[in-house]
Amino acid sequence: MDISTQNTEAPPPTPPRSTAVHKRTARGATRPGDRIFLGLSRGSGILLLVIMAAIAVFLTYRAALAISKDDANFLTAFEWNTNLEPPTFGIAVLAFGTVVSAIIAMALAVPVAVGIALFITHYAPRRLGGPIAYVIDLLAAVPSIVYGLWGAIVLVPHMTGLFGWLDHYFGWTGIFEWQGGAPRSMLTVGILLAIMILPIITNVSREVFRQAPQMHQEAALALGATRWEVIRMSVLPFGRSGVISASMLGLGRALGETMAVATVLSPTFDISASLLDPGGGTFAQNIASKFNEATTFGQDALIASGLVLFVITLLVNGAARMIINRRKEYSGANA
Amino acid sequence: MAKRIDVSGLTAYYGAHRAIEDISMTVEPRSVTAFIGPSGCGKSTFLRTLNRMHEVTPGGRVEGKVLLDDEDLYGTGVDPVAVRRTIGMVFQRPNPFPTMSIFDNVAAGLRLNGSYKKSELNDVVEKSLKGANLWNEVKDRLNKPGSGLSGGQQQRLCIARAIAVEPQVLLMDEPCSALDPISTLAIEDLIGELKERFTIVIVTHNMQQAARVSDRTAFFNLSAVGQPGRLIEIDDTERIFSNPSVQATEDYISGRFG
Repeated sequence: MDISTQNTEAPPPTPPRSTAVHKRTARGATRPGDRIFLGLSRGSGILLLVIMAAIAVFLTYRAALAISKDDANFLTAFEWNTNLEPPTFGIAVLAFGTVVSAIIAMALAVPVAVGIALFITHYAPRRLGGPIAYVIDLLAAVPSIVYGLWGAIVLVPHMTGLFGWLDHYFGWTGIFEWQGGAPRSMLTVGILLAIMILPIITNVSREVFRQAPQMHQEAALALGATRWEVIRMSVLPFGRSGVISASMLGLGRALGETMAVATVLSPTFDISASLLDPGGGTFAQNIASKFNEATTFGQDALIASGLVLFVITLLVNGAARMIINRRKEYSGANA
Repeated sequence: MAKRIDVSGLTAYYGAHRAIEDISMTVEPRSVTAFIGPSGCGKSTFLRTLNRMHEVTPGGRVEGKVLLDDEDLYGTGVDPVAVRRTIGMVFQRPNPFPTMSIFDNVAAGLRLNGSYKKSELNDVVEKSLKGANLWNEVKDRLNKPGSGLSGGQQQRLCIARAIAVEPQVLLMDEPCSALDPISTLAIEDLIGELKERFTIVIVTHNMQQAARVSDRTAFFNLSAVGQPGRLIEIDDTERIFSNPSVQATEDYISGRFG
């Protein structure tokens, strides 16, 4: 009766096969090559888990040392004074800056990346699509410090025009109010991050769109769909989870980006409602700019902030997983 | 509802390769015409020229005329998208949209053509699924994904999707070759019912199927691999299978070659 649920469990169960293998192992009839490979792969798997656990334990331990001595609320305080007695520091500004800059970067990069990927796979003639894809691959290879230098030297001075325009037309919203300070603000950082994460999102999306099944595109065509309608009916739904994964890769880079942000932003420890006001900070930028001069205790505090970044990344990834899984039975995977 | 197809001097290319050459035939409205012939003889290519799907393939190009009643499908200013809206197609492998429910699959073509009220959509979806002999099997799970159906049901879903937009002609490219005999029978019965409303052209490798479902049969062949396919003859199915006028047809049908 309920064929649909049967079909979603598409890969047939394999127990008979694996028990057969086990029986053979029990009899000791495995070849040396198999045994060596089994040992190697099992060993690397275990090693990975051990290293991960060791890192987690170390970070949590040192973070706990710092947080237990924090005189302010670690999650809500607007300052970072680890050298005071008692030390007062909190991650509110960093969390805000990290999330806001990442959101700006995603909002700008994802639509553009999806558009470029669709253009390469479904619109551009092959002679044009190949070179474009190659150039975008090159963009991904540019080191982040180079982006940072370009941002500070080229992008920042050129932002004043945009800032003035935004302030003039959208200043009333408060988000785009500009006091005329140097444009080393969250918006500039977000734009720079968007440029940096554009290649990875484009490349992964492109691969996904390229694999959209021909038969579903033809089904749409035969119904009298235009090229855009074909994309909307068969390519985008098929690529949806892939684009989400691609965006997560980009988001991971945006959340963790250090040098480019540190070069462009003029860090302060306060939060401004306007994206155009200079100041703010991100986790990675704060760690990079403070770590060298930090005392052991200061380092512990920075490690604690790094842990929070880690948790944020985990939450975001979990949310993305949930979105992908929510409509699994409708995904192209079981077609 | 159903229109006549008149093909004259049609040649189709893949890049520089000539896939079919100089084909002319007439397909009567409200009839089933079957295309038979060995693999690579261009039956499917020819079928795809009839709704301008051939040119979707990179390098695909067509010369000649295809008249639907009196309108040349390849005339200047004819929009291929509009052609495909009047000439529906069913493919070899069932291809319901995997991200859509059964209901949305059937409604997909209608939604392309414009906005409909929910009640209108409901009516058309029900009518099309009934027309494809699928309604009783899926009426309780219209909101489940179409990919959860069996192969035969999926193919009937694709037929329902194609007839929902009330096309003039229905093209079927080996619609049963991926199905078991029982599902095949269901589709063949359905073709018999659909021909009262549509002009049907079907490509098949199964000669019994051609004999069972079609009124007219066209035999295609190619003189050698790499040579373009040609129409050898088209005649009433009965005549093709009992007393064809060309020796090659008889050889093919009786299993003798060369």
